[in-house]
Amino acid sequence: MKAEAETASTDKPSSPRSRRTAILGRQPLGLVFAAPYAVFLAAVFAYPLGLAVWISFQDYFFAAPGAQVDRPFVGLENYKTVLGDPAVRRSFLNVIQFLLINVPLTVVLSLVLASALNGAIRGRAALRVAYYIPYVTASVALVAVWLFLFSSGGMVNQLLGPLAPDPSWLVNSALAMPVIAIFVTWKQLGFFILLYLAALQNVPKELYEAAAVDGARRFRSFTNITVPGVRPATVLVVILATITGANLFTEPYLLTNGGGPDGASSSPVLVMYQKGIEQGNPDTASAIGVILVIGVLLISLVNRKLLERD
Amino acid sequence: MKKNVLAVTLMLTLGVTAACGGDSGGSPDAQTTTGPIKIWLSNNPEEIAWGEAMVKAWNAENPNEEVTAQEIPAGQTSEEVIGAAITAGNAPCLVFNTSPAAVPQFQKQGGLVALDSFEGGADYVESRSGDSAQQYQSPDGQYYQIPWKSNPVMIFYNKDIMKEAGVDPENPPLATYDEFLATSQKVVDSGAAEAAIWPAPTSEFFQSWFDFYPLFAAESGGQQLVEDGKATFDSEAGESVANFWATLYAEGLSQKEAYNGDSFADKKAAMSVVGPWAVAVYGDAVNWGVAPVPTSSGMSPEETYTFSDAKNIGLFSACENQGTAFEVLKFATSEEQDGELLEMTGQMPLRADLQSTYTDYFDKNPEYETFADQASRTVEVPNVPNSIAIWQAFRDEYSASVIFGKGSVSEALAAAAAEATELAGQS
Repeated sequence: MKAEAETASTDKPSSPRSRRTAILGRQPLGLVFAAPYAVFLAAVFAYPLGLAVWISFQDYFFAAPGAQVDRPFVGLENYKTVLGDPAVRRSFLNVIQFLLINVPLTVVLSLVLASALNGAIRGRAALRVAYYIPYVTASVALVAVWLFLFSSGGMVNQLLGPLAPDPSWLVNSALAMPVIAIFVTWKQLGFFILLYLAALQNVPKELYEAAAVDGARRFRSFTNITVPGVRPATVLVVILATITGANLFTEPYLLTNGGGPDGASSSPVLVMYQKGIEQGNPDTASAIGVILVIGVLLISLVNRKLLERD
Repeated sequence: MKKNVLAVTLMLTLGVTAACGGDSGGSPDAQTTTGPIKIWLSNNPEEIAWGEAMVKAWNAENPNEEVTAQEIPAGQTSEEVIGAAITAGNAPCLVFNTSPAAVPQFQKQGGLVALDSFEGGADYVESRSGDSAQQYQSPDGQYYQIPWKSNPVMIFYNKDIMKEAGVDPENPPLATYDEFLATSQKVVDSGAAEAAIWPAPTSEFFQSWFDFYPLFAAESGGQQLVEDGKATFDSEAGESVANFWATLYAEGLSQKEAYNGDSFADKKAAMSVVGPWAVAVYGDAVNWGVAPVPTSSGMSPEETYTFSDAKNIGLFSACENQGTAFEVLKFATSEEQDGELLEMTGQMPLRADLQSTYTDYFDKNPEYETFADQASRTVEVPNVPNSIAIWQAFRDEYSASVIFGKGSVSEALAAAAAEATELAGQS
């Protein structure tokens, strides 16, 4: 890399070729290959994100093409509105509660299960498929199963009998969000197990053999070799679980019928949907979205700093 | 370099955005232009059958102004799909399933054409629907929808469950709150059904149309949720209705968890709040009877109001041939087509002279007569700015205090009323 830079710097700056190289790089064809994805990123991510940021500073609503409407710049007004809205604040607290349950549970379960599935156990292939099936199944179908399990007259309460919670799981303010967090953990587990399985292939077998020679038991090997060995994968799992968790929508929309009971399982994205799409206020919805993006970025940065430390 | 690329991308994004945010004028000639048009129909089989027959009849007589009908494209709700189509500029000319609650939003978006702008438009609306047309007038005094059909909601009850609970199945006492609660208690205590009545206890903004609002319309003698820019439900009538429902939930006579399916059809609930569509849906599967919604002191049925659950027709600004669209709108709401609609769907055309116009139909179908009579005393959702936000604010407070028993009902109503009044005052 350094050699290439030195070679480039020896070209005469005034020659047309060097100018072209400075603009297009040494392999202009590479730009052609990269262009489709760059366009995709710009159209599907950068443009909507920029638009959302812009909308969040306007008194904005969706209008028909050609309609004469006034959508003035309002500064931070939309941010003041959403931060002063108890329903919005509650949705953020709910999603924090969700992440505190979902992310650690996802990391621990997927690492433990991946380690187990990495070993020589009976029915390994069948178990790998079994864990992966919920991930590739539509949430709507899975929600129907969980409703069957966790509704008042559902299978779980029938098994628990007098020990069943009252009010029942999905209409209990204290239990609705934990049930959703567990549901999402279970649903996503297959994907994260797959990440860990890939990472485990890079942990040298010799380390385990050396540890065994030194008298380390299985748990000790796991904590001292496996956990540090898959640290890059853990960073990825934590960040991905945080991002997907922060975008929680389908489960509170379907499993608890719109964030119930009484908003106990509402999420910022659900509130965005209510305000932006149902109520026709994309300006306040965008403000919630921007706050959510900033929050997720901050959490991800903190996670990365903490987990990537040597 | 990376920073520069980012800056350029953002600038381009904002530039394109700003360009998109500009407005341009619509075609002033559209209202007199004729030609082919597209319409959207609701997606229930009976209405589609009526719509297709209506379109066929129109096309036979107007080959140069052909109408193409299709179901409203799939989406979470029809309102979202219509709202998106308005924004995209590809809304059809007419939508035969426009929710009155969404009309203020569509109007604000510039998606609707005022029917007053057509010659004789307002007169047509008022002569067809009579005094009830006023409920559909927008705050600017114009009609951005034609009141099309209503589904006045009443209490359906299962006679077999009532009998099993030891209640007179032909005339169950349901007129007053005390009677309703006592009957409900018998149903649940006897084990005849899991719940006396099981409206969806969920948070969607429209759910209050099928629990609180019909009873509030009755108790208040026909008040809308918001009148003259002020919320009306923080009142004796509103509190009385909310406390009635709170008692049903607190006593376990209504369930706090949504039923996955139709609790009335599955005989899990003895009663249900339904419109005339229920006659065809439940048919012979349930041995049903019908009663007006209850009031605290028991009004006579002839004086009892309820929620209309109307669906209307909107004429959309994206339409190029609005002249044809307005003529189709009048054709589809003519006496003949309204009769066909009644015959094929059992839904009540919003006509002032409904019962006298279709005497033969009601003679042949007496089970619909009660609904037809009720149709003359209905209350619509208020046509005010931020209509859906108001309903959501109300539902949130109602859900907390009435369904889940958190905090006092009167404080919740006061809080919801303050928010509703503020939202109604915003443009």
